[in-house]
Amino acid sequence: MKLEIKDMTFSYSSVPILNDICMALACGEILTIVGPNGSGKSTLIRCVDRILKPQTGSILLDERDIREMRRMEIAKRLGYVPQSASRVFPVTVFETVLMGRRPHLGWKSSQKDREKVVEALGLLGIEDFALRDINEISGGEQQRVLLARALAQEADILLLDEPTSNLDIRHQLEVMEIIKKLVAKKGLSVIIAIHDLNLASRYADKVVMMKKGRIFAVGDPAAVFTPQNIIETYGVESVVKHDDGELYILPKRPVCA
Amino acid sequence: MAADGRQRDAQVEEKYLNVTGKKVSFILILPPLILLTLGIATSLGSADITMGEAYTALLHKFFPDYFRSNWLAETCVWDLRLPRILMGVLAGAGLGISGGVIQGVLRNPLASPYTLGISSGAGFGASLAILAGAGLGGGQYLVIGNAFAFSLISAFIIIGLASQKGATPETMILAGIAMTCLFSSATTVLQYFGEADAVKEAVFWMVGDLGRMSWNKLFMVFMALVICLPLLLFKAWDLNIMGAGDETAESLGVSVKRTRLEMMVVSALLVASIVCFTGTIGFIGLVAPHIVRMVIGGDNRFLLPASGLVGAIMLLVADTVARRIVAPVILPVGTLTAFLGVPLFLYLIMKKRREYF
Repeated sequence: MKLEIKDMTFSYSSVPILNDICMALACGEILTIVGPNGSGKSTLIRCVDRILKPQTGSILLDERDIREMRRMEIAKRLGYVPQSASRVFPVTVFETVLMGRRPHLGWKSSQKDREKVVEALGLLGIEDFALRDINEISGGEQQRVLLARALAQEADILLLDEPTSNLDIRHQLEVMEIIKKLVAKKGLSVIIAIHDLNLASRYADKVVMMKKGRIFAVGDPAAVFTPQNIIETYGVESVVKHDDGELYILPKRPVCA
Repeated sequence: MAADGRQRDAQVEEKYLNVTGKKVSFILILPPLILLTLGIATSLGSADITMGEAYTALLHKFFPDYFRSNWLAETCVWDLRLPRILMGVLAGAGLGISGGVIQGVLRNPLASPYTLGISSGAGFGASLAILAGAGLGGGQYLVIGNAFAFSLISAFIIIGLASQKGATPETMILAGIAMTCLFSSATTVLQYFGEADAVKEAVFWMVGDLGRMSWNKLFMVFMALVICLPLLLFKAWDLNIMGAGDETAESLGVSVKRTRLEMMVVSALLVASIVCFTGTIGFIGLVAPHIVRMVIGGDNRFLLPASGLVGAIMLLVADTVARRIVAPVILPVGTLTAFLGVPLFLYLIMKKRREYF
């Protein structure tokens, strides 16, 4: 197992957010986390990256407990991709991707760092606006920039927090295709917190469905996305169709609890 | 295909290096510009000295064999004008850099070195000394010591409160506003009971003035800069990353809370040690970083040094005008920083298509 989470709990002051989380990510696997708002998806991702510190439980990265690893060591292994690029002050695409080299470089960027940045820009097809301001490009392009930063970081596990929620359907699909391509090409392992159940099922090797800070169901998409599970986690009546080995999930109406 | 890709890659990198080169040249142009302005400023004053004489008097000190100077020029330059002018350069540099740092740390374009309550703290400390005659130190250092102590008290209360609450920019800004109000009210109370002349003195202390400088004072500010600047500049890269959000910065290996608090403490020390000598000169710390951002962008590795240099020029020019505009009366420089800076600033805002806020 690439990454293993055992009995992890996390709470803000005394409000429990995550309870008894156990899950595992295999090498080269795409795992999606779904669940209603407030079910703990983003918190789970932040705990894995030690942005938040879980109170109990352990997270093993290649059999090593990440609590024993230094911040920089974790930064070389785990790449965090936030939902959007929030900037107050101007910064170019190139500079943003160069930030991914932080775990590797000192104050000054070297030839090698710049090459890694250029390579990442090329892989995501965004070299044409390398010197544009990140606030001037579209949401889909911004998402690619953030992915490029994680690539420049040379992390082998990517943690994505709702990468598609600000995007139109074409850009949603494009971003997911890029992730799939990167997994195949670079042997990355990926955890994605995501709201869209259809994207979550189509691109995932494994799905974790959460409800109120606990894992409600886990397994391959067809096993997790059943009308029964969806009604119990989301309180939404739905139709799930199987066609050509693809899963189509159509939410119909909220049900009264 | 592969060769094509490589060529493209090289082009992207070259474009980046070009832009970086331009930023470096912008920074390299500024020091000679400061030296030139410094020479002009030195030659201006109530005694008639030409620029040639001013430069000769300057160089005479370093190379007495090569440059012969007269007594008048030497006294004017070295004893009267240079301490004041150099203080302008150092204070402007310190305010410019710490303005850039604090805007970056708080991720807020409206922040300035005074967001940490330093101006009102210093104002209160100085008023206490001027109006009530109470405070730390004695003689001319009564006001200075008081201003220094109270600006740090204000800053450290804010930093301390914020560190209890996770050190988010929002907490710091709100705590800063609260402390500013508190100290301003306290100052007003002091002024209400003060003598008219003393109140006037206190008010003009707060406006900021470069008069009554000496080599001793200059040396102290210089040491503060020598200690603080490397600490701030060294963190410029982490400051860039913190601009991308706390989570992102943490995941890239920056300990956000610690870095933020450290940079705040260092900036507070730097600004307090300037302000206690000069009074709370406004505008430079807010605007110098913005002017630089409009010219060379927001990368703090270039922004911070450039803000310092631009701040130095701005304050130097403002002070020279303040000395000469209604000569022989010398205005406090704080009255002119905004008068001169605002037109330039507004021009840049209107001219630039990109928006920053």
